[in-house]
Amino acid sequence: MTYLRPNFRHPDAPTNRIGFTEKDYEGALSTLCAGCGHDSISSAIVSACFELSIEPHRVAKLSGIGCSSKTPTYFLSNSHGFNSVHGRMPSVTTGANLANRDLIYLGVSGDGDSASIGLGQFGHVVRRNLNMLYVLENNGCYGLTKGQTSATTDLDSVNKAGVNNPFEPIDLTKLALQLGATFVARSFSGDKEQLVPLIKAAISHRGFAFIDVISPCVTFNNNPGSKKSYDFVREHCEATATIDFVPMQEEITTAYEPGSTKEVTLHDGSVIRLQKPMTDYRPDNRHAALEALHRAEQRGEILTGLLYIDEDPSDLHDTLNTVSTALNALDEEALCPGNKVLQSINRSFR
Amino acid sequence: MEVTNTADPEYFHRVVDCQYACPAHTPVPEYIRLIAQGRYDDAYMINWESNVFPGVLGRTCDRPCEPACRRGRLGKDGSEEPVAICRLKRVAADNKDNILSRLPAIPSNNNGKRIALIGAGPASLTVARDLLPLGYELVLFDEQKVAGGMMRSQIPSFRLPEKVLNEEIDFILRDQVELRLGKRVDSMKAVLDEGFDAVFIGTGAPKGKELNLPGSEECTANIHVGVSWLSSVAFEHTTRIGRRVIVLGGGNTAMDCCRTARRLGGEDVKVVVRSPRETMKASPWEIEDAEHEGIPILNNHVPKEFIVENGRLVGMRFEKVEAQYDENGKRSLVPTGEDPVVIPCDDVLVAVGQENSFPWIERDIGIEFGDWDMLKVDTRTFATTNKKVFVAGDAAIGPENIITAVAQAHQAAISIDKYCMGQAIDDRPAPGHTLISQKMGVHEWSYSSSVADDPRHVVPLIATDKALADRKVEVELGFDRQLGLEEAERCLNCDVQTVFEAKRCIECDACVDICPTDCLTMIGNSEEGQLRENLTFPARNVEQPLFISDDLATGRVMVKDENVCLHCGLCAERCPTGAWDMQKFLYRVTQAGKACQL
Ligand SMILES: Cc1cc2nc3c(=O)[nH]c(=O)nc-3n(C[C@H](O)[C@H](O)[C@H](O)COP(=O)(O)OP(=O)(O)OC[C@H]3O[C@@H](n4cnc5c(N)ncnc54)[C@H](O)[C@@H]3O)c2cc1C
Ligand SMILES: Cc1ncc(C[n+]2csc(CCOP(=O)(O)OP(=O)(O)O)c2C)c(N)n1
Ligand code: SF4
Ligand code: SF4
Ligand code: SF4
Ligand SMILES: [Mg+2]
Repeated sequence: MTYLRPNFRHPDAPTNRIGFTEKDYEGALSTLCAGCGHDSISSAIVSACFELSIEPHRVAKLSGIGCSSKTPTYFLSNSHGFNSVHGRMPSVTTGANLANRDLIYLGVSGDGDSASIGLGQFGHVVRRNLNMLYVLENNGCYGLTKGQTSATTDLDSVNKAGVNNPFEPIDLTKLALQLGATFVARSFSGDKEQLVPLIKAAISHRGFAFIDVISPCVTFNNNPGSKKSYDFVREHCEATATIDFVPMQEEITTAYEPGSTKEVTLHDGSVIRLQKPMTDYRPDNRHAALEALHRAEQRGEILTGLLYIDEDPSDLHDTLNTVSTALNALDEEALCPGNKVLQSINRSFR
Repeated sequence: MEVTNTADPEYFHRVVDCQYACPAHTPVPEYIRLIAQGRYDDAYMINWESNVFPGVLGRTCDRPCEPACRRGRLGKDGSEEPVAICRLKRVAADNKDNILSRLPAIPSNNNGKRIALIGAGPASLTVARDLLPLGYELVLFDEQKVAGGMMRSQIPSFRLPEKVLNEEIDFILRDQVELRLGKRVDSMKAVLDEGFDAVFIGTGAPKGKELNLPGSEECTANIHVGVSWLSSVAFEHTTRIGRRVIVLGGGNTAMDCCRTARRLGGEDVKVVVRSPRETMKASPWEIEDAEHEGIPILNNHVPKEFIVENGRLVGMRFEKVEAQYDENGKRSLVPTGEDPVVIPCDDVLVAVGQENSFPWIERDIGIEFGDWDMLKVDTRTFATTNKKVFVAGDAAIGPENIITAVAQAHQAAISIDKYCMGQAIDDRPAPGHTLISQKMGVHEWSYSSSVADDPRHVVPLIATDKALADRKVEVELGFDRQLGLEEAERCLNCDVQTVFEAKRCIECDACVDICPTDCLTMIGNSEEGQLRENLTFPARNVEQPLFISDDLATGRVMVKDENVCLHCGLCAERCPTGAWDMQKFLYRVTQAGKACQL
């Protein structure tokens, strides 16, 4: 019986800049259905964190409820984790981030968790531009509760029982764009070449980064007629560009034909390189992104890749002008300055 | 690359590294699993069928399987050791019950064919084992009074107790073979003239090489040829040796000589070797065992002279050298210019090689000889140029080891059987093979698919003082059942194959993601060199095959680098469609009898 993954890894497995192997970023063996897209996303997160040489103890994983929200158990077992209530991951993350701004916040949610019960929370975390990576593991159904149609199920998508969905879907990438998200992307669990660099770029982005990852539910929504099945998604993906992420420590060595690439430099000096971009695609233009999404939709295609990025946004801490030190690093005097200071604050409001 | 044809049994055979490396292709993982289940008789019989001498080989085999063991490739920078395959074989032999009832029946009326087997070593005994149940009448010749060949005359009792050897010889002969022991065969022609239907030569490579140096003529009484000396010890003609002994040579014979000398009164025993340690022929474990008994090994010393005073051997003179390699990698031993080294001694054992010797085979009876006075042998059929005469073991190819002799003798037995039945001996029988799914449930396999982390278990030894006191006391105590079980669990079950069906695959990546050692990649096909480089981890061990599937829906192919697969079954467990399955592959070399019925 195998509930344990063997401890052996490839003998040539490399270590990263801080001496860890990819294994150090893994989690418990998944209990999701065999073939679930969510597991591929976990694997992409592991690769991205390994390649970025992130110290695992500097990451906080937060999630809501759903198969997708279970996945933080299956990666980064040396990181902090909080499995919150259904649809409430954004508020818990907001609280955590405001208290300790030194961690990397990785929120994982599902389409049910984000677009149904959690739609309100989603909207607010976007408009506040909380510095976090928000991964939506979007399978167009409520996997955990046996595959009911969700708010992202596409119009006319056929479910396992053969019933058409009569409702318009909510496209959270569009919503995020409209509400001011500073990094918006879409990807597919089955395309790690695209997903891993996107996750790396999103983690390096300072501000709210949203990735809608289409992630087939192999058990309840992989039937013919489904618009979130492996086959359908694979046949209908259209990428804005091929994406490549160069962390700030690395020198850019490869030479490219002029005009064939676009580069976006992040605040920390990392570079997102977009190769062979779609003609006229401009990742720094929110309206253009919305339009491109709309046009792809009309063609019946799914637009993936980096949709929009604001290279130098201000995040919630900037807006609120919070203290630059994590609260747990402040001493008692700073945290609790005493009655005199309280009185003076109260006075200022009179 | 071309799509892998897994219908060809040779593909999966190659994946079972140990079995593939075993000259007799013993189904190693199969018997190891049986040991883990406590089914020692079954484990013994699997071995017995393939290699005839499980108890002997479980103590003495040269174990080509172990360097091949996948487990040895899995550690970072060679930190992981192979499964103790050989010593597990001994566990089966030590713990077996009475297996007599499981031996193949010998028919009471014979098939009318009479075969001579010359030499009673493992080669002839294997031919006897294979042919007796088919009704052949066999006559076994040896100049020694007891059967066993070098297993008896050379391998010391402290490595192989006589009891173990006798039992396994009895399993073969079962009083059904005419024995002509204690008399050397001096004429092949005379044997042929007796009208045998076929003659098998299993006379080994009996002649030890001598070393002619200044002084050697003057003190022959104290210079002994290793192999002759060992057999004289085995047959109790020699019981003592001097206090100070030099053993010349770096092979396994030298190791047996020095350890035997330690038990016959040699207190100051040294092994002196011409070449550097890295190129010594002896198996690493034999060197280790010698050193464990307090025997130093001096490398890079070339013997120059036996020093004789008053007609008595008093020592040897050596020149110190170092190995230098030219641009073609050819080695030469170049004197360092240091002072010669003189080592005092009372006796010298010369263990510098063995040779074949066929003075008893007439050169005009249709048996042709090639270079170095070796027989001309077809190494597939083990036929000589005389169609009635077959040869295997050390006699066929020069000194090797027991398992090679056994493997070749199985082939010779097939040839003899086919020849006697009037069939073409060139038409070799295909191996038998089966492939059966091991799936029992969602997370359940019929084999223990988890991978144990234990380092290789060490075989317990008897205290050295007890061992040195009596040359017949076996040094290794062997694994007990518990240790045997723990060591058996280290086996990765490489015979449980990952079998892939492309048309079921939905390319969900689950297998690729879960595979602990990243052996799987879905990728566009290309030529081999390129493809090997393009995988998640470049597959640079070209000795190990790549599996290439049929085209998947996206036009990519599933590629598996067999090199570091743990056979853990996780790919099959995580596959939602059953595109991967774990199936037990059993490969059996076809033996005589079955070969003729096919
Ligand atoms: C010191 C030493 C240690 C060894 N240790 C190991 C070991 O640990 N493991 C291992 O696998 N191998 C070992 N070997 C090698 C192994 O013993 C041989 O490879 C193997 O026994 C060869 O088998 P065979 O049947 O071909 O010949 P042999 O075992 O050599 O048998 C040949 C027989 O033929 C008889 N014979 C020869 N000529 C005649 C004749 N004209 N008339 C009648 N009889 C004759 C001989 O007396 C002998 O009994 C060792 C060899 C030596 C020398
Ligand atoms: C407050 C509350 N309401 C309803 C549920 C029942 N429930 C559990 S998971 C789930 C939907 C999960 O869907 P999604 O977020 O898409 O996750 P998936 O399983 O598809 O990955 C629901 C409705 C719950 N656990 N809590
Ligand atoms: S029910 Fe669907 S979403 Fe949940 S684990 Fe199974 S395949 Fe994945
Ligand atoms: S059995 Fe499958 S999962 Fe396990 S190591 Fe081999 S290929 Fe990988
Ligand atoms: S898990 Fe199965 S279906 Fe999925 S990619 Fe692997 S073989 Fe194909
Ligand atoms: Mg869902």
